[in-house]
Parts: sequence; C-alpha cells; structure tokens
Amino acid sequence: MQPFTKLTGIAAPLPMINVDTDKIIPAKWLKTIKRTGLGVALFETLRYADDGSERPEFVLNRAPYRSASILIAGDNFGCGSSREHAPWALLDFGIRCVIAPSFADIFHNNCFKNGILPVVLPKEQVDLLTREATEAGDPTFTIDLERQEIVRPTGNAVLKFAVDPHKKHCLLHGLDDIGQTMQRQSMIDGFEAKQRLAAPWLYREVA
Amino acid sequence: MAGPRTLFDKIWDAHLVDQQADGTCLIYIDRHLVHEVTSPQAFEGLRQTGRRVRRPEATLAVPDHNVPTTDRSQGIAEDQSRIQIETLQQNCRDFGVPLFDVTDIRQGIVHIIGPEQGFTLPGMTIVCGDSHTSTHGAFGALAFGIGTSEVEHVLATQTLYQTRPRNMRITVSGELPFGVTAKDVILAIIGTIGTGGGTGYVIEYAGEVIRGLSMAGRMTICNMSIEAGARAGLIAPDEVTFDYIKGRPMAPKGGAFEQAVQMWRQLPSDEGARYEKEVTLAAAEIEPQVTWGTSPQDVVPITGRVPRPEAEADPNRRSAMERSLDYMGLEPGLPMTEIRIDKVFVGSCTNGRIEDLRAAAKVISGKRVAPHVQAMVVPGSGLVKHQAEEEGLDRIFIEAGFEWREAGCSMCLGMNPDQLKPGERCASTSNRNFEGRQGKGGRTHLVSPAMAAAAAVAGHIADVRKFV
Ligand code: SF4
Repeated sequence: MQPFTKLTGIAAPLPMINVDTDKIIPAKWLKTIKRTGLGVALFETLRYADDGSERPEFVLNRAPYRSASILIAGDNFGCGSSREHAPWALLDFGIRCVIAPSFADIFHNNCFKNGILPVVLPKEQVDLLTREATEAGDPTFTIDLERQEIVRPTGNAVLKFAVDPHKKHCLLHGLDDIGQTMQRQSMIDGFEAKQRLAAPWLYREVA
Repeated sequence: MAGPRTLFDKIWDAHLVDQQADGTCLIYIDRHLVHEVTSPQAFEGLRQTGRRVRRPEATLAVPDHNVPTTDRSQGIAEDQSRIQIETLQQNCRDFGVPLFDVTDIRQGIVHIIGPEQGFTLPGMTIVCGDSHTSTHGAFGALAFGIGTSEVEHVLATQTLYQTRPRNMRITVSGELPFGVTAKDVILAIIGTIGTGGGTGYVIEYAGEVIRGLSMAGRMTICNMSIEAGARAGLIAPDEVTFDYIKGRPMAPKGGAFEQAVQMWRQLPSDEGARYEKEVTLAAAEIEPQVTWGTSPQDVVPITGRVPRPEAEADPNRRSAMERSLDYMGLEPGLPMTEIRIDKVFVGSCTNGRIEDLRAAAKVISGKRVAPHVQAMVVPGSGLVKHQAEEEGLDRIFIEAGFEWREAGCSMCLGMNPDQLKPGERCASTSNRNFEGRQGKGGRTHLVSPAMAAAAAVAGHIADVRKFV
C-alpha cells in the first residue's frame, strides 16, 4: 500500500447524500479479477451519458476537477455493498482523500486498506469546504495526515480532523495489516487452544 | 467482574485476541464465507506473499452473484462471469477451501446456504466479503460484511482488526397486524431511523414481534440491517433458533449439540444491560411497506402516496428526493397503488427462503400474472428449490405465469443476464433500490414476497391485504 502522508491537490465538490457503492461503481464492473483499471468506470452513470459521451455538467468532467485527488461529498458516502472495487475505482482515478460528514462503515474501512484517507467533518465544515472548492479560482487543498489538518485555498484557518490512531499509523507508513498480524501468531494459537476446549464443536470438520 | 452485558458484548468479549492501547481490537473469526466476486484479489494476495489459508475448514465458498439462473449444466456463456467462477474453483482447489460448486444442489446465495447447512451458529463471529452478511445475526452470531483486503486478512490469519461498535436496541412491541411481514417491519425500521441511522452500531432487535418470528423472518430483518448503515444485526437465540439448527449437516450432533445449546442459552443480553441508543416501534402501526425512491429509507405504507419534495426542509434531502423521483419516473402525490409495473422478482438473500416462496405462492395460487408483467422466482438455494418442488410450489408459480429459475443472486444486482432494461419498473423482494441496481436505468420498488405476488397479479403495486 502506498503511504499517505501529505496530499496537495484539487478538491472536487460532490454535494450528494447517500452516494452508494453502485453509484461509485456499478455491478457489471465487479467481474474483474484485478484491482486496477476501474478508474474509467468511476461514477459511471453520473459521468457518462447513455451513448458513452461525457456529461459536461458532472464535476469530474470539468476543469480543473478532472484532475482532482480530493473529493468533498455528502452524508453517508459509500453506503451499500462491501465491494472494495469502490475505493479501487477512486484510487485508479486518482482520488486519495474523501471528505464527508459521514461514511458507511465498510467503505470507510476499505479506504484505509487502500491508502485512501476518509475524513469526517461536521456538516457545516463540509458545506464550507464544498463552497470553497466550488468558488475558489484554484481549489487546491492540502491534507496533512501527520498534523491532522486541512489547509484551504482561501488561506483561512486550517481545519483539524480526527482519525483513528491505529489506522493513521498504518496509512502514514503504508503498513500491511496482515504482516503485522502474522507476528501475533502465538496469540492466535493461544486463543484457538482455549476456544477449542470451551467450544469443541467449532473445531470439527465443517464441510 | 463487569456489570450486565448485551448479547453483542458477550460475543465480542469472547473473541478478543488482543486489544491495543489505542483501543484497536484483534478479534477472532469463527466462520468465513467466500463468493466469486470479492475473493479473487484476496487469493491473489495470498499467492503473491506465499501465505496459506489458516483454517480452510472454517471457510466455505460458493459462486452465487454471477451464476445464470437458467440451465447451467452446459457451462456459463458469459466470459467474464465464467472466468470469475473458474477462478474461485481454482482458488478453492489450490488453498483447500470447501466449495459448493455451480451444479451442487447445495449451491445458492451465500447467506442462504450458511444457515441452511448449520455453518452459521449462535455466538460465532462470521464474516464474508459481502455487506448482507448481517443476515446471520438472526442466530445470535456477530456477522458482518468486509472488503476484499479484509477477506485476505481473514484467510491468512482467521482474525480482523476492528474498533468496538456501539450497542443499539430496536424493540418492536405488540403484535403484527394482518398482512404485515418481517420485510415490512425492517422497511419500516429503516424508514424510521434512516440509511445512516445505524452507522457505527450493532443493532439488536428485540420485543414480542421479533420473538414471534420464524428464523426466516429473523433473517430478513437482520439481512437489511446494513441498509440502516449498521455494522451488524443481532437477535438473541432461543428455542426457535435451536430447533432450526438441530440436525443441519454442519451443526454439532448429539452430546456436542447439547453442550452447545447450554452455552448458547447464556448469550441473550443480561437484565439491565446498557444500550447507547434505543428505538421502539409499535407493531400495530406498521402497514405493508413499499419504497418509492432510490434509497431503502424512501419508504411509505402501501396506503400512502409518492411524497412531495417541497415538503422537505433540508435542501440536500430535497434535491436527493427530486433526483430520485426523476429517476423513478414518478409524480409527487400519486397513490402508491397506482404505480404500474413491468417485472416482479421474488428471490435474494432477503426473501429467497422456502417460507418466502410459500408466502408468495399463497397469494398467487389459482390466479394469473397480469398479461403485461414478467414475473420470476429465483430460489435462494438449490435445496430451497428442491423443497419448493416437493411441496408443489413450482406448479403454482408456473401455472400462474411465473418463471421458475435456478438458485442465485440473479436480478437482486443484475450481474448475470437477469436485469431490468432502462425504464423498466420492478416490484422486488430484494434489499436495494439504488439507481441501476437491478440493471441500468431500472426502477425498483422493494416489497415483501406476498406484496410482490399481489403486484404480479394486479399489474401494479397493490395492497396484499385485498388479495388474501
Ligand atoms: S442476493 Fe443480492 S444482496 Fe444478497 S448476496 Fe446476492 S447480490 Fe448481495
């Protein structure tokens, strides 16, 4: 996983609530057995008309947002399915950070596993950033994970954000969870030994 | 030591392998279900790192999302779907994971087959790379959906990093009125708390109504917990649960079963246990439900009308409503029962069990599907299909004009050829009415199996209470 330390880039406003995972990437794209190449299908139905041409009104089809690396979204972003294809598509497009008043749990988790930082801010602050991203001549923001700060194009006061310390640590260093857990093997062995005594039926052949 | 604990607290505490100073928990996963769509990249990850599956025998794989629901003994025509399923077969062979393959009678939707086989048991932690894993919570198991990176993590380590979710209890009190089913209850709940109402919580469902439901009804309720944003849904195990489990192929047998039941009886929440959030619904006020929009919270009673966006104060919500109505092609103020439909879909992990098929068959029996409607039944598993045929339900459906299909996810998400065409409108027993969910441009109205059957006969959204 690519570490996430400090990101400076264009922020695209997408003030829609309940943007579900089918909207981020429709099911027909889930037939892939790879993680890459999904960027073209990101927000497919919002981005393209039925004949495949771009919808000029959609934010990611407009300059300068076409090269956005930050997305400022509405409530409950990423609701719906567990498909990790959603963050894969965002990443493949070039989005490394999503800011919203709230996220769906599984999507939120999936972002961290892919080097994408989801930032939760109070709704008023998200509204404010949405306005700035819409109105600023150059909507470039900086997201500093170490300091947990958002630097705004207006030069107004930085906004602080909260982040789970374990997830922050993994993101900053690009750490692979599995590798860390493998080092705890003896704890897992110990757990299994105890559970096997307490609930032996959990250890019979199941299929 | 600690005071009274909830069902959730008990399962969580019993699965804690390690807790770090910052609160991050490493929890043990007892059972892992795997399907073809969210697993290929996880197995690929294992291969690249030279890792193996820690407990193949605690893992069970099945292809369900991509499988055609027509005869598949000749293989699968669509290339990408076939490759994904072949990849699953290969991965299961390479890593020793048990697989119910495409032509196995036990094949079916991952959340139907787990309970059906006794793979799902009370007190367990269960995960799957699929959001509707919440279904298994009906057994008093902590069950939740995970992404593909986490699938790989569980395959390799049988554990997951999690932060402890909060407890919510939703009590449905009283008695369900005539014609109202578990599906209506969960839709009413989502309509009340909203699609984000459960975010960060595990919801425990309680009250007389929940106690009175069969396992099928309980699974329908827990299944849609994710539609309320919850991490998982839970229902305390009781005699109904134990009766269901007894004798299932993978359930403990004999003395082991008795021993297990002893332990399962300790699981229900203690008197006085604390919940961070409590919601109560009176069953008497719940009517058969139907969705009008593109989010499961866009729901009204069948006697209701398409709502008016002007009445919504919050501008974000108002524009979401306008967008939904535009997509759905509906006029504000229209009575729900005047919405004409083109398709009916009975199936999915929400309502693809034998009880659901019986409920639909009861309404349809001796009647005909309206001439302009195409209706299909897709049983949740090969075994459900077999059971239905034993009971003669297939005849009832076929004689009424329904198509009788093979098991799978089918039109719930339209990854196989079963899809809505742009503009087509469907009364569906599935769980999501998102834009394009059942096919690009397709319009979904979520309902119970009985309501879907009533709509099939009427040719429009209809009140099932007038049909039985
Ligand atoms: S039936 Fe639908 S919701 Fe259930 S697992 Fe299949 S695709 Fe997902």
